[in-house]
Amino acid sequence: MRFYHALLRLYPASFRAEYREELCYAFGERTRELSGPLASVMITLAALADVIPNAVAAHWDVLRQDVAYAVRSLWRTPGFALTAVLVVALGVGANTAVFSLADFVFVRPLPYAEAGRLVKLWQGFGSGTNEVSPANYRDWKAMTSSFSGMGAYWRRAANLVGAAEPRRLETVRATPELLPLLGVAPLIGRVFTMEEARTGQFALLSHALWKSQFGGDPGVIGRSVRLDGVPHTVTGVMPASFQFPSRSVEAWTSLVLREGDFTDRSDTYLEVVARLRPGVPAEQARRELAVVSARLAQQYPKDNKDIGAVLLGLRDELSERSRLLVLALCGATLCILLLACANLASLFLARGAHRARELAVRAALGAGRERLVRQLVTESVGISFVGGIVGVAAAAVGEPLLARLVPSTLPIAEHASLDLRVLILAAAFVLLTGLAFGLAPAVRAGRSSALDALRSGARTAGGRTQRLRAALVIVEVAASVVLLVTSGLLIRAVWRIQTTDPGFVADDVLTLQTALPLPKYDSTARRAQFYGRVLEEVRALPGVRNAAYTTGLPMAMRGGIWPVSLTGEEVLRDSSNTVSLRYVTSRYFATLGIPMRRGRDTAETDTREQPFVAVVSESLAKRHWPNEDPIGKRFRLANHERTVVGVVGDVRVRGLERQSEPQVYLPYQQVPDGDIIGYIPKDLVVRTATPFNSDNLLPQIREIVKSADPEQPISNVRTMSEIVAEETASRVTQLRLLGALSAIALLIAGLGIHGLLTFTVSKRSQELGVRRALGAQGGEIIGLVLREGLALALIGIAIGVAVAYAAARGMGALLFGVRPEDPLTIAVATALCLATAVVGCLRPAMRAARVDPLSALRAE
Amino acid sequence: MTNDRELVDDLLPLPPATFHILLALLDEERHGYAIIQDVEARTGGELRLSAGTLYRSIARMVEQGLIAEVAKRRTAADDPRRRYYRLTPFGIAVARAEMRRLSELVRLARARGLKPETA
Repeated sequence: MRFYHALLRLYPASFRAEYREELCYAFGERTRELSGPLASVMITLAALADVIPNAVAAHWDVLRQDVAYAVRSLWRTPGFALTAVLVVALGVGANTAVFSLADFVFVRPLPYAEAGRLVKLWQGFGSGTNEVSPANYRDWKAMTSSFSGMGAYWRRAANLVGAAEPRRLETVRATPELLPLLGVAPLIGRVFTMEEARTGQFALLSHALWKSQFGGDPGVIGRSVRLDGVPHTVTGVMPASFQFPSRSVEAWTSLVLREGDFTDRSDTYLEVVARLRPGVPAEQARRELAVVSARLAQQYPKDNKDIGAVLLGLRDELSERSRLLVLALCGATLCILLLACANLASLFLARGAHRARELAVRAALGAGRERLVRQLVTESVGISFVGGIVGVAAAAVGEPLLARLVPSTLPIAEHASLDLRVLILAAAFVLLTGLAFGLAPAVRAGRSSALDALRSGARTAGGRTQRLRAALVIVEVAASVVLLVTSGLLIRAVWRIQTTDPGFVADDVLTLQTALPLPKYDSTARRAQFYGRVLEEVRALPGVRNAAYTTGLPMAMRGGIWPVSLTGEEVLRDSSNTVSLRYVTSRYFATLGIPMRRGRDTAETDTREQPFVAVVSESLAKRHWPNEDPIGKRFRLANHERTVVGVVGDVRVRGLERQSEPQVYLPYQQVPDGDIIGYIPKDLVVRTATPFNSDNLLPQIREIVKSADPEQPISNVRTMSEIVAEETASRVTQLRLLGALSAIALLIAGLGIHGLLTFTVSKRSQELGVRRALGAQGGEIIGLVLREGLALALIGIAIGVAVAYAAARGMGALLFGVRPEDPLTIAVATALCLATAVVGCLRPAMRAARVDPLSALRAE
Repeated sequence: MTNDRELVDDLLPLPPATFHILLALLDEERHGYAIIQDVEARTGGELRLSAGTLYRSIARMVEQGLIAEVAKRRTAADDPRRRYYRLTPFGIAVARAEMRRLSELVRLARARGLKPETA
């Protein structure tokens, strides 16, 4: 019987309270005749069979009643229901979208087998990292035991011929160990083996390339395609979900390191991926690598002195900036969630006050406290459920808009997709909001003291509710101030970045790539012929002011860092001697609008037969020859002595937000055949008259390139302005969202103040009437109400500014020098908030001023 | 009274337990366990309501207005600790309607020549 008593707890409390005695009596009577050795087992079973199905059914009955009641009662107040649903949808939608983005970028496993054990290895020097030399890669691989496998690759772009059309591809040359190491099998075909790689050139195609250039033909396996003129046999096609090392790579070709590759330990160009053995923690592998590096440093002091090995997770390459961009959004949407909950709680409290009579009647009719609470929670959870569905749908639709915030360096899709994890997350938010805003008011309404007060119709009944609502208004104001201040700071940062001088004039410059394949264009003379012809004809086109070729465009190509030596000795690169190296044709500076400070441009006459010359940027001249004339100075770079013939302005090569190395520009002809092949000029820059129409210009340039070399593809057609805009694109995306959220937050806070004061004024109409009767003027009454609203707003603003300051300090890396306490931003945010508060106060204040003393007193 | 008629029809067909509880209360007011005993006796032991099923049905029937709790009992035979229930006029109407529905079904089956006895 005690067991049966305990089981009764499964029933809804109201049911239990009503029938407990009767249930026990009836159950006791029914089981009294049971006797014998198995009696207690039988009774236990009977109790279970009786209570469990009936308890479930009883709960279901209550739920059905409550839902039906909730639907009826919300139907009668559609404005309330709609507002509440929208606010939930906003909170849940924003959080679902942003947190699934965060999950996607930070947490979700990368698309490889047991991705957690995959690591990248870099050569470390000081606090920086470098690619790995083949010899060091070979030795790390042979001398360590922490890894079950190690593979290497380097990225290169190649021209594909033999498919639908000549096309420029981003490819990866990978050692045969690499793809099996990742643990992803090809969709069709197989990966290339070590034996194959030794004897020929093989390639795996990306799913997208296979579909677009080979029509998805399975017969592509075994076929030969030419990459930069070299035939490669296709061995397989990777699945659509496979991306490595980033989503732009379209083919993986075989790389074999031969004896010759291991001779120069200072030639670092390999990226290395390794898989930790099961059970080996990263720390242990790091220790082993440290021992190995120390030994190599001893053995090869010339190249390996102070060179360590840095082990990073595949995801650790995410930049601090990408991380913060997403984290800041997470913070913002949490603010919105808080705001939504505060707003809903306030809405429900107000509704509770309006429904005081109804609740009192139901209580008088015998509805227990538990039933009333349950009823109210059903309403709030129902609303948050509907709002949640709307929110998740909006998040699913909106997710692609956040694609710019997914770092392109990660091997993941462009944007997060709606999956089970996201849905679980959304359900958690729904439950959180539903309970957060539903429970407190419901419990308040269910409290017997509140009910007693309601029953007696006392005027003080709303007092505590009012204080709670006032607190909620403060929370709303504070949350919106946090959003306003942080987005204000970020807007200031973006403005500052956008007004940064890139060092060139981006307007009216069209760029495209014609990457000349090797070995076809091995000789400098052959290339000179191509550039000469293309440039001559392009410069002659109507509307074209100038044109030139360069190794890489600023902001598009950020690497290409070399050490310079003033003594003539070869030196190791460190931060005091690095420059960013570009080979250019003549008129490059004029075309891009880089100011010539001294001396001359490179010229077509700067050939291999002439003395090797260089044009340097001002910062290089200042670094090495302060207060001296740099013209005629000599330095060693890229295997040759060069003489400075010109000085140009500095360019933000690494982007608007980062410090760049000084730049050195070399004449494209002053390089031995087959040397420094990674720096062969491939970017054509064309300055046009304003305004220009690239729709007309581009086909003409295509024709010119085609007549110079029919097999030469054109790729990456962009304007320089687009490249510069790309610099702030992820920030602009983030800001649009933040801006929208701040505006909504402000609106909600304003409505919160308005709603609260309207309610206060209606509650206090007698008091206001008395004041009027005692001679208070309309203006005084308005001041009274305004003071109340503004006091709440000011408290909220004070809290909000403090929280915003703390948040802004945390995202210092995003602020680009804007100080977290930036007075202008804080002043504007405060002013906006106060203005909203005043607007929110105005209507209730006017209404208070119109209270008729006579009718107010008569009601008394 | 079309409105009442609609209310009645909304509840049909009745769950068997509900119909039996209505029948048990036809002749006199009873407490819960007495209803269980009455149903069991009338059906020859076929239907033995469990305590949970009974009170869940009672709760719903009170809510629907089919039965009501009896406020005061005077007879000496009554157990003062128990709660007694009685039929409401609406409950009687619903029981009648259910009976009509069942007999109509039986009539239709007979008209088709169906007999309860196996041939």
